[in-house]
Amino acid sequence: MDLILDGFRMAWHLLVTLDKEVLGVTLLSLKVSGLATLISLLIGVVGGTVIALAEFPGKRILVSVVNTSMGLPPVVVGLFVTIMLWRNGPFGEWEILYTPAAMVIAQTVIASPIVMGISIAAIQNLPPNLRLQILALGASRPQMVWLLVREARLPLLAAIMAGFGGVISEVGASIMVGGNIKGYTRVLTTATVMETGKGNFDTAIALGIILLLICFAINYLLTLVQQRERPR
Amino acid sequence: MSAARELLQARGLVVRRGGAEVLTIPEFCLHERESVALIGPNGAGKSTMLLALASLLKPSAGEISFLGSPVIASSGDTSYRRRIAMVFQEPLLFDATVFDNVASGLKIRGVPGDEIRRRVGETLERFRIDHLAGRSARRLSGGEVQRTSLARAFATKPEVVLLDEPFTALDPPTRHGLMLDLAEVMRESGCAAVISTHDQMEALRLADRMIVMQGGRVVQSGTTSEVTANPVNEFAASFVGMENVFSGVVVSAGEGVLVLDVAGQHLEVVGSGTPGERVVLCAHPEHVVVTTVDPHHRTSARNVFPGKVSRVLQFGAVNKLYLDCGFPLVASVTSHALQDLGVAAGSRVFASFKATSVHIFRKG
Repeated sequence: MDLILDGFRMAWHLLVTLDKEVLGVTLLSLKVSGLATLISLLIGVVGGTVIALAEFPGKRILVSVVNTSMGLPPVVVGLFVTIMLWRNGPFGEWEILYTPAAMVIAQTVIASPIVMGISIAAIQNLPPNLRLQILALGASRPQMVWLLVREARLPLLAAIMAGFGGVISEVGASIMVGGNIKGYTRVLTTATVMETGKGNFDTAIALGIILLLICFAINYLLTLVQQRERPR
Repeated sequence: MSAARELLQARGLVVRRGGAEVLTIPEFCLHERESVALIGPNGAGKSTMLLALASLLKPSAGEISFLGSPVIASSGDTSYRRRIAMVFQEPLLFDATVFDNVASGLKIRGVPGDEIRRRVGETLERFRIDHLAGRSARRLSGGEVQRTSLARAFATKPEVVLLDEPFTALDPPTRHGLMLDLAEVMRESGCAAVISTHDQMEALRLADRMIVMQGGRVVQSGTTSEVTANPVNEFAASFVGMENVFSGVVVSAGEGVLVLDVAGQHLEVVGSGTPGERVVLCAHPEHVVVTTVDPHHRTSARNVFPGKVSRVLQFGAVNKLYLDCGFPLVASVTSHALQDLGVAAGSRVFASFKATSVHIFRKG
């Protein structure tokens, strides 16, 4: 019990004193996961909309592949990205393995199918004749796509939440492609794993609390937006 | 009407789905300021025809032209679609306020903000929903939703408006009120309209011409009064409210009047034919007069039959009396008249109708 209480005390101390190392780790977590979420939003919403609206052979198989990829194990993604970026790998010459850039790539690979899968469902769940109604209003094809995406904005907010939640809390890929280098690629999750391994439970609990607070704050903000959109 | 320009034309229009022809329209024409009702049951091809006319569906064969220029069914070509408007049966409003919904067609066309505010304001007033401008479309009643949907279509000042069963989901009082307002807006705006419906009253109230459709084909086409008075077959008769349809045989013919045998009873109708010929007779229930005393000496109607009321059904302010006069007959009676008559199921009555009230056609 003392262990836990000490952990909370330490966490409180690290938070109120704005510990430099903890602050650095937190900011890097936000930067890496935020950027990865933004990129996956672009890939996921555009790709998801195209898949949802287009008719082509093999569409069902592709949707199944996207849906399956929504649960990609981070360690598998970490392994794949490591191989790709390894010195002798296809993109070895970029020399970005064990850098934040590699972590953004890995997290983008994890988040994109999540955003894409939710986007496909969101667009497909719109009334089938809405597309025709928008065209009947005189819309061009790009205007139609934009209006459909706007109509699906609430589920798309859920896609952002799911995507960000998925990557800010993953550890496997980040540790594999980032290497948990102090002051460079160390993020909240990798630091928590390391501190737990060292038996520094107080620091680990503090980092865990910060991680939870960030997740809560981001989701709370997005929920507020969703609720404001919904009529009461 | 003959001087009016031809706005929309279709020739040899065919739509196939899964190898089967779901729509075959050899010829269709819509003039300026004219409104045409497509009437028929579900699956008659009314919605398919509207989608084709809106260039939202590529026909398998045939050509549609607008003011003489061919219309190309392509999502990339907006020039034609920006001169027309279509309202779907289901409410397809955007998740936005009523104002933004009504403004959406204008925004799509890049109309300046001031002009949008002015035109939306006007249209909201015409459809009596100006007080709802700021309300979310998700908080509207069924009638308000359909009013918003219609206002959105009319805000763009279309030259042709295509309405796909716009009142189907509404309760009778809401439907009636909206129909009156729509008729007024259509008259004021002067835009041409094609309205699909399965309700004869809607067609009569809103349209100049009527096209009766069945199985993707035109059964009959003409002015609303022509089609209503002279349906070409039993199907068309049933869709223009002629509930009294029965078979008969011509007994004698002379001076434009036929005597027909219907289930052993003799009926006199205006028409021509030859003795022994089999015909179908139909009459509107509104033309059948019901009395409790024999009207033989007080009426000019040539057909008077004693009968018994089988049942009475109420349809709003109108009651339908189902009579057994040796052959089944339906009469329409207002609630007030029914009260005066004092009849109920089982009552003995007399049914009369004029020889000119019966329409006949050959069995085909």
